Amino acid sequence: MTTNIIIVILVTSLATYLSRFLGVVSAEKIKETSKMFRWFNCLAYSTLAALIARIVIFPSGSLSEIDYLIRFVVVVLSVGVFYLTKKNLVYPTLFSAIILSVFSSYL
Amino acid sequence: MIDTKYFLKGFKSIKGVGSPAIALGASFVAIGALLKNLGFTIQESIFSTFLTYALPGSLVMAESMLIGASLINIFIAVWLVNARLYPMTVALMPLLMHENQPRWKYYLSCHFIAVSSWLIMKDNYENIEKENRIDFWIGIGTATWSVAIFSTVIGYVASDFLNKDILIGLAIINPIYFICMMIGAMKSLQISLSVILGTILGPAFYFLSPEWCILFGGFVAGTIAFVLGEKNDN
Repeated sequence: MTTNIIIVILVTSLATYLSRFLGVVSAEKIKETSKMFRWFNCLAYSTLAALIARIVIFPSGSLSEIDYLIRFVVVVLSVGVFYLTKKNLVYPTLFSAIILSVFSSYL
Repeated sequence: MIDTKYFLKGFKSIKGVGSPAIALGASFVAIGALLKNLGFTIQESIFSTFLTYALPGSLVMAESMLIGASLINIFIAVWLVNARLYPMTVALMPLLMHENQPRWKYYLSCHFIAVSSWLIMKDNYENIEKENRIDFWIGIGTATWSVAIFSTVIGYVASDFLNKDILIGLAIINPIYFICMMIGAMKSLQISLSVILGTILGPAFYFLSPEWCILFGGFVAGTIAFVLGEKNDN
């Protein structure tokens, strides 16, 4: 089992590094002022947004035990805190964890 | 070789009001606990975060091991979920490339590309002269990567104390951090459209294919945002 785990870790890291490596290879030929660069910039942001939306709407781990509506309310309230604290990132993240724990315990 | 001044400047990005340390720490504490429950030793858990350093990839690895997937299947599943790193790298590296800098820095430091380090770099690169950006980036990468490894250890050691309610609290921190960072990044029409359309289309494509929804949804959303943004500029 122990060697197995090491091999699984190596396979996982190779599969991850592959995209980063190919990204640098492609980037060598792309100028930051080009249309190609702007397209990839859009793709990067949209893919990230898709990933985050998926994590919140269709979670796989412990978040899946929380009701959809509660998750939605926590996100909206935390974004509110983000604006109220003039775009501080520490307060909304801490706030989200506390309020979610409160909701999941009492609702 | 690496300019210490810029390296340290990047490294210090984990301090202050924009710090990713809490969000990053919260999710890797959860990973540390998860790996322990999977039967990893502490060395293997450290090794895993050290080498992979991409959260969704580690989660997929854990899920695949639970169902006893083959190595090929693990490779494909991890590659699919981490393929977003490709557009992210292409959208970052041209900003850092400079002829006076050696190539190995780029091929080595691309390992640091993960959502939090990437968003911080995108937010700050304009304040650094192009020649020094790669050293600044290596500083950000080293700092966020260290937080991830350190948190994995904490999660592993503390896993017995992490009950279900705490794990749920930890699980929401990272998405909230990313959502706030993305809203902060919406400074141009193209990026705003990319974020909004990606948020809608990613989950929408989930009904067609849960495995491919992030890449398909992201690709369609980003391309529409690009075309609309270019049209608007002309």
